Order: sequence, then structure tokens, then C-alpha cells
Amino acid sequence: MSDATVYGLCSAVLVGLGLFGLIVHPELLRKILAFNLIGGGVFLLFGVVARRGAAAGFGGDPVPQALVITGLVVAFAATALAVALLRRLFQETGRTTLRSDG
Amino acid sequence: MVFDIGLALLIVAVAVWTIAARDTFAAVIGFVAFGLLLALAWVRLAAPDVALTEAALGSGVTGVVLLGASTRLRHAEISAADKKPGAMLRAAAAVLCTVVSAGLAAIVLVLPHPAPTLAPQAAANMAATGLGNPVTAVLMAYRAIDTLLETVVLLLALLGLWSLTPDPFWGGLPGRRHHDDPDGVLTFAAQLLVPVGILVGIHIFWVGSVAPGGEFQGATILAAMWILAAMAGLVDAPPVSRRWLRLILVAGPAVFFTIGLAGFAMADGFLAYPESHAKLLIVMIEVPVTLSIAATLALLVAGPPERMPQQ
Repeated sequence: MSDATVYGLCSAVLVGLGLFGLIVHPELLRKILAFNLIGGGVFLLFGVVARRGAAAGFGGDPVPQALVITGLVVAFAATALAVALLRRLFQETGRTTLRSDG
Repeated sequence: MVFDIGLALLIVAVAVWTIAARDTFAAVIGFVAFGLLLALAWVRLAAPDVALTEAALGSGVTGVVLLGASTRLRHAEISAADKKPGAMLRAAAAVLCTVVSAGLAAIVLVLPHPAPTLAPQAAANMAATGLGNPVTAVLMAYRAIDTLLETVVLLLALLGLWSLTPDPFWGGLPGRRHHDDPDGVLTFAAQLLVPVGILVGIHIFWVGSVAPGGEFQGATILAAMWILAAMAGLVDAPPVSRRWLRLILVAGPAVFFTIGLAGFAMADGFLAYPESHAKLLIVMIEVPVTLSIAATLALLVAGPPERMPQQ
């Protein structure tokens, strides 16, 4: 088992954990956090693929690495937008969940 | 190997904390720690460029947004806490997520040998771009269209955020005004750190052509310095309706797109650079793009307008 495989298994666990949090937490901020954990796991999987593709004197394949940098920036933009939507929901309704029966 | 296993276990432990913590604020702290540990994992995976982005953006700036939200939403939590889903649903979710994790783990274990890679192609063409950092070469040359679209995505996110402005504050100033305390620790830290941080940000941006770094990492650090100065009350955000502000925001994508179109005349197509001037053109794109990304990130953190300029 190589170093990259260790992080690959770690990323698999992270995706599962994040998915669990996304399903069971009613509060939207916790869902945003969980979604970011899934993102962290997916990006890490890209990192593992990049590391396994080390060649030509590079420590890893630069193409998936560049994709992850792009992904991190977009993930941040989505998180900021989601948080702004949540804060507006709280301003309008006083709630931080999507349940209508509360 | 032992270090990697320990680090992976620590990352999973912090992730469990982020999901399981009762208090949302504690969960967000867990998430920030998670991001920093993940940055270490990126260093171990020989991706220092990603590590820088993860530490600055994934952990730092995202953490600021989430911490701000968790303190503002604190009053709402007690009423929401008693609506946890039942034991059946939780058990079903646990089974589903275990299956997903097991599937992914199985895929990781059967990845092909030798691994497919584009590294040799990236290395072969790097001389043509005049760049020494393969990741920057991918971002600015081979996959420049991704980066161009990404700068547009950032702008769209900001537009979405601004469109959530309550009616009375349309075009006003983002976020709350922080008042400075001349003797405060935060003011002192901001006065000390911001000038150094700006230099570090510019340096990280500039060395990105040959070493780990680049426009996203540099722009994040520049944005973070503005956030720090704003939190200490040393600077205030301008009203979002200011024309010069809008110009800074669109300058990066506009220059990127213009030079991309010029590729039709100068080279073989959209976003193609003539080999003799590749590096010059890339720097000409990177400078306004860095400025635009830094401004966009800072305004995304500041949030939608919440007050009008005082006359």
C-alpha cells in the first residue's frame, strides 16, 4: 500500500462522512459544512490520482492539481453564496432550517 | 508512511468532530482545523500549490465566512435542535454513506497501474509558455479556458450575493461597520500584519510562474489582508455601486477575454499565445486577474450590503 493509497482511503471516508452530515443535520449551516467535507474528500481523491501520475520529474500530474485549485475557488464562491442565502432566510423567517412545519 | 497514516486518521477524526459536534460554532472550528490538516496532506501528495490554496482559501477565508454566519445565527439554533431526524432515517443514512465510502475505497484500491498521466505532455510544452511552474502553466496556458470561466463564476457568485440585498440598502455598503479600538490587540495585529501580508501576497503571486504560488493564492492572501484591516476597523468597504469598484471586479475577466480573442489574430485560436510573447501575455493577464479575484473574494466575505453611506 503506497502513501497515495492511504490518502485515497481517507478521501473515501470523508465523502461518506460528509454525505451523512448532509442528510441527518436539519440546520442548513451544518449542511453547508458537510457539503464542504464532501468537497474536501473529492479534491483529495484528485490529489491521489495526481500523485500516482507522477512523471517527467514532477511530484504529481499538474493537470488534476490545477483542476483542484480551480475547484477550491469555485467551492468557496458557492459556500459564500449559500451562507448569504441562509442569512437572508434567517432575516426573513427567523429559521435556519428548511422545514415548513416548525 | 507512519506519518501519512497518522495524518489521515487525524483528518478523519477532525471530520467526525465537524459532523458530530453539538455546537455549530465548535463544528466550524473543527472545519478550519480540517482544512489546515488537509493542506498538510497536500504537501505530502507533492502538491504545494494546492496546499497553499487549501490553507488560505479552503480553511482560512471559508472559515471566516462560516464563523461569521455561525455567530449571527446562534439565536436560531435552540429551536432547530429538537427537529433531528429519527433513528430509522439516521440508520438508513449511515448504511447508504458506508456503501458510498466502501465503493470509493474499492475504486482507490483497484486504480490502474501504471497510472495515466499528462505530466510528460505538460513538461514537453512548458518551455513554450516561458513558465517554470507546471501547475501555473496548466492554469494559464493549456487549460486557460477553465481559469477564464472560473473568474466569471466568481463574479456570478458575487452578483448572486448582492442580489440578496434588502431593498433599503440596495447599492449600499457590505457588512457591518467595525469600529477600531486604537489600543486593541486586533488593531495592533492588523497594523503589523497587513503591510507584511500585502508583500507576501504579491510575492506569492509573482513567484507562481516558477515556484509554488500563483494568482489564486496571492489574491487570497491580499483579500485576507483587506478582511483583517476591515475587521480591525482600519478601512471600510466602499458602496458596491461605485463605478471604480465594478471596474476592478470586471478588469481581470475582461482583459483575459480580450487577450484570448486576440489569440485568433496572433496565434492559432482562442486563448492561444504566440510562442515568442507567451510569458509577457500571461503576466498581462495575471496582474488584473489577481486584482479582480482579490476584490471579488473580499466582497464575497463582506456579504451583501447592510447599510447606506452616511451623508
